[in-house]
Amino acid sequence: MAKTVHPRLLSPGFSRAMQDPKWARRLLCGTALLFLALLLLVPLAAVFTEALRKGWGAFFESFNNPDARYAIYLTLLVAGISVPLNLVFGLAASWAVTKHDFPGKSLLITLIDLPFSVSPVVSGLILVLVFGVHGWFGSFFNSIGLQVIFAVPGIVLATVFVTFPFVAREIIPAMEAAGRDEEQAAIMLGASWWQILHRITLPNVRWALLYGVLLCNARAMGEFGAVSVVSGHIRGETNTVPLHVEILYNEYNFVAAFAMASLLAVLALLTLVAKTALEWRIQHLEKEAVTERTRHRENEPAA
Amino acid sequence: MNKNKRNSSRRVLPGFGISLGYTVMYLSLIVLLPLSAAFIETAGMGLEGFWNAVTRPRVLAALKLSFGLSLIAAFVNSVAGLLVAWVLARYQFPGRKLVDAAIDLPFALPTAVAGIALTAVYAPNGWLGAPLADIGIKIAFAPPGILIALMFVGLPFAVRTVQPVLENLDSELEEASAMLGASRLTTFRRVILPVLLPSVLTGFAMCFARGVGEYGSVVFISGNMPMKTEIAPLLIVTELEQYDFHAATAIAVVMLLLSFSVLFIINMLQAWSNRRTGHSRA
Repeated sequence: MAKTVHPRLLSPGFSRAMQDPKWARRLLCGTALLFLALLLLVPLAAVFTEALRKGWGAFFESFNNPDARYAIYLTLLVAGISVPLNLVFGLAASWAVTKHDFPGKSLLITLIDLPFSVSPVVSGLILVLVFGVHGWFGSFFNSIGLQVIFAVPGIVLATVFVTFPFVAREIIPAMEAAGRDEEQAAIMLGASWWQILHRITLPNVRWALLYGVLLCNARAMGEFGAVSVVSGHIRGETNTVPLHVEILYNEYNFVAAFAMASLLAVLALLTLVAKTALEWRIQHLEKEAVTERTRHRENEPAA
Repeated sequence: MNKNKRNSSRRVLPGFGISLGYTVMYLSLIVLLPLSAAFIETAGMGLEGFWNAVTRPRVLAALKLSFGLSLIAAFVNSVAGLLVAWVLARYQFPGRKLVDAAIDLPFALPTAVAGIALTAVYAPNGWLGAPLADIGIKIAFAPPGILIALMFVGLPFAVRTVQPVLENLDSELEEASAMLGASRLTTFRRVILPVLLPSVLTGFAMCFARGVGEYGSVVFISGNMPMKTEIAPLLIVTELEQYDFHAATAIAVVMLLLSFSVLFIINMLQAWSNRRTGHSRA
């Protein structure tokens, strides 16, 4: 289907009317880049400059401290528990929502996204209301000798709450787009549920899954507000890296605070790089799928 | 019950019961139960107790500051976000992909890091704070500092809601407008902007909701003076540290109600946006 182009579309006057004038392009570009540099780049540069203010020796000395190392360990531990929990949930939720029909589906999807619109501080507070010493289940957990609030379980709960939707909201659209045909064909051919998941469903959504895990992990390691409310800030016990940054900063130990912060900033940059690479990969796959489909259609006899 | 049975016998794919059951159970335990605790706790206070808790001058000042500054930040971000999205979607320049990836920095950077970094930059002895202090403008430890922190955390919402709409915009509309003799500015104002409006408003609502709830990036830069630079989430933390659960929960419920209304508005806007842009494309 060759598109006929009206001669007027090719005239210089028309292309001028279709494009922004050169001065406007320069002005808009310049303003946008300046704004982004001031708002995003300058603070990022400040993290590393402040961390290295007293040289590399002082920078590395900041990590040579049991509290700092414990904070790193706790952050890894909490992310290591919360991310798999939310991954399993994301898979279960997307399987239920995309491969089956049932009333109340859109309500369920809205509820899954709910933690995104709750302030981190409020997330922490409601966990204190339920699991705190005076909370609903406080006396129960107390009687079995498990402290939730001001202890590691509370930090995990808070992290699970704030990162709750990340994996699910990436997998649901991908599974929806993949459709149900392949799974239904597999069932007809006698495949088990496990074989379907392992051979069809998971490979179909693997990039979206990785993307969700990546974002979930970044938030889990960096969460501050919710964790701050439930942690109690006990050094060497309930201090994650972001909380340790706060303590050091409030003690005017700026080099150590920014050194810890630079760890998180590096994590954020790595996340951005991986995220961009994944986005290109996904776009590439989508393009391939489209050309594949058009090729199929061309091969089919005209309907 | 009967209907359910009939449904399940028609299901082709396995695992419906267990996956839905697990989803609903996990959702209820982690999200719904704690959220309901806030409302049940408040119901126990009675309407008068609730009203008295949220109308204390210090609470009103904090809510006013949080809502007011979040509105301003959302407005600035909507304009700036539209500009950035336009530049990224329409112009080619070296490093465009790098800039595009950098937009998500506030999503990836932990809020506490953003908070101390912005404070270092805008404090009276900071890179930008010092020259601004010389001409008598105080950013950090004053409301403008809070505004900058809220702009920082909200910017990706404003850009990322508008950018895809702009990228998928049919050039035919603009061509038609230009053919009919409209100037570039008229085309933008009368043809492009109306199509973008729902997504700009969605970005605005998201920025606003994020700003009202934001804590980590603001506490370092705000100075935290009661009645002056104390935001609502910080006041919740303060009440909680004094074991005043009622006061903390009452403020939390006000914020929750606000977030839920914003969520509702965003859903309406999205439906509106889909109606506007969805028809022309298959």
